Amino acid sequence: MKKSGLVSFLSTQGVLIALAALIVFGWLRYDNFLGLFNISTVLRYNSMFALVALGMCFVIMTGGIDLSVGAVAALGSVVSALASPYGVVPGLLAGVGAGLVIGVLNAVIIVRLRILPFIATLATMLTANGAGLLLAQDQSVSVSYESGFTEIGQGDFYNLPIPALIAALAYVVGSVVLNFTSAGRTVLAIGGNEDASRLMGLPVDRVKFLTYVVSGGLAGLAGVILASQFGAGQPIEGIGWELFAIAAVVVGGTLLTGGLGSVGATLAGVMLLGLIFNILNFENGRGFISLSAYWQSVIRGAFLLIVVILQSRLTDRADREERA
Amino acid sequence: MMQVDVANPNPAAKRDWRPRIARYATLAALLALIAFNFAFTNHFASIQTLYVNLTQVATIVIVGVGMTLVIATGGIDLSVGSLMAISGALAPIIFLGKIAAIGEIHVAVGLAMLVAVLASGAFGWFNGWLITKYRIQPIIATLVLFIAGRGIAQVSTNGNLQPFKTPAFQWIGLGRWFGVPVQVVIMILLVIAAAWVLKSTLFGRQILAIGGNERAARLAGVPVGNVKRWVYGISGLCSGIAGLVVIAINSSSDANLVGMGMELDAIAAVAVGGTLLSGGRATVWGTLLGALIIQLVRYTLLANGVPDDVAKLVKAGLIVAAVWLQGRGRA
Repeated sequence: MKKSGLVSFLSTQGVLIALAALIVFGWLRYDNFLGLFNISTVLRYNSMFALVALGMCFVIMTGGIDLSVGAVAALGSVVSALASPYGVVPGLLAGVGAGLVIGVLNAVIIVRLRILPFIATLATMLTANGAGLLLAQDQSVSVSYESGFTEIGQGDFYNLPIPALIAALAYVVGSVVLNFTSAGRTVLAIGGNEDASRLMGLPVDRVKFLTYVVSGGLAGLAGVILASQFGAGQPIEGIGWELFAIAAVVVGGTLLTGGLGSVGATLAGVMLLGLIFNILNFENGRGFISLSAYWQSVIRGAFLLIVVILQSRLTDRADREERA
Repeated sequence: MMQVDVANPNPAAKRDWRPRIARYATLAALLALIAFNFAFTNHFASIQTLYVNLTQVATIVIVGVGMTLVIATGGIDLSVGSLMAISGALAPIIFLGKIAAIGEIHVAVGLAMLVAVLASGAFGWFNGWLITKYRIQPIIATLVLFIAGRGIAQVSTNGNLQPFKTPAFQWIGLGRWFGVPVQVVIMILLVIAAAWVLKSTLFGRQILAIGGNERAARLAGVPVGNVKRWVYGISGLCSGIAGLVVIAINSSSDANLVGMGMELDAIAAVAVGGTLLSGGRATVWGTLLGALIIQLVRYTLLANGVPDDVAKLVKAGLIVAAVWLQGRGRA
């Protein structure tokens, strides 16, 4: 038990160590890397991915997957842009509401019809994508600049970007739910062994249902921020977000088989993948080398590769130690 | 699932009707769609309509063949679209002589096709190696190349469009053999070959055995690692071929776009076709039917004035309905 504790420590804290190393590297190498402007830009932009990854983290901890989040974020951005003339709150509610609707659809298909999460969310990804394009009439929908809606994505609160504060709040709530509530325990139990959890009388279906609804809602919220930050609802944005989120969750050390995971490490995973892009920009700015932006996907892929290989070695060792 | 059905002591007998109906339902649905179009869609009964639909579906089926084998082992391959981009990026680099000028164009094209498809196959094999050596789940292992693969294609072309006008190469997407589009012939040959492999060869049996129960297969002496690496390698080869077809049709290669979203189309075709998504039972002909149904539904809707966005909603419903009806791929 003690040794597998060490393993889970390494596989969840490894990402923090890597993140810290990356930040120190950037701080030593580049001027202004830790400047207020850069930090706030990075946080503002990555808050959307952080929200999507948080929902994904919970879904994955139950042993499921949600491929629809990218399309849901796009749908959320369109719906909130359409509602933005009516004010901040209607815009916010509309976007999150759209996400919740798709989330409920996911939950019903997966929990009631008992269709594999992979296929179910693949289908709702198409649904959200089609619905977004339909509502937006195949073009981006510009938001209202009079109603204050753009404050959600562009505004600051005591020099801190509002979207980053929203994401931080979501992570605090997520962390409390996971660590200190019975629902959070049930999430991990389901991922560990769904049949056993069911036999123990845990509300498996209800909790699974909730995780997909929450994931949809958070993706909708990310869509609201997208629309408000870039001034338009964008029906074809969000392609590949789901896989970025999965990568972040995995880099954060959450086991894809479920049963083990950390909300904080997921955030670190998002920041790690986000900073790679940032550092690439700084490196190009120095002018010694010129790496095109295309390298970022290669580097992200390589990061993911290293992490999953390390993880598999660590868990392998844990398996052996447990057997011994 | 660990549920005991008290009212029905023999659950297999009760559950059996759905797959059996579904097997013919796929075919029946396709025939019904065709009949509907004959009745209501203008200009449907023409050889041109047939070829338009077949050429559009060909790349999905070519990738779907590899995907069917992968899913039959209980795996999944998310990297197919990115591997198409790699193959599509490499081929023009070679036959346009960007690395080394090759005088004879046919030699250059032959070399380009070979290298592109083999490189794509090698990347697929790498997926299989990751999965078997480190026991990484297929969805994550192939996610690595889903992300990095398109990056590799973009980096190798600097993200630029590679336009070309090379008939010696473009026959693979634009040519005809005995009046039939070449990629359709390739598609049919691949389907026949894969169906034969699954049904009549040791390799096919081993694939299904692994998908059915990997541990039992291992105990029975099936070389699980080898079979899986081959299967992912084959999926890579199929993607490589599909990548060549796509750039030949477009007369250009755009690493940002080639194969985009292909993994989802291929998986949808496999699912609608009736292959068991958890592995162990697979039908390549079903994948062909599944892809044709998805294509024809979209064609029917578009030809009758329904917007493409609505067609997407219908496709989503179709996937869920097909999987649910088959009672397969159920959690």
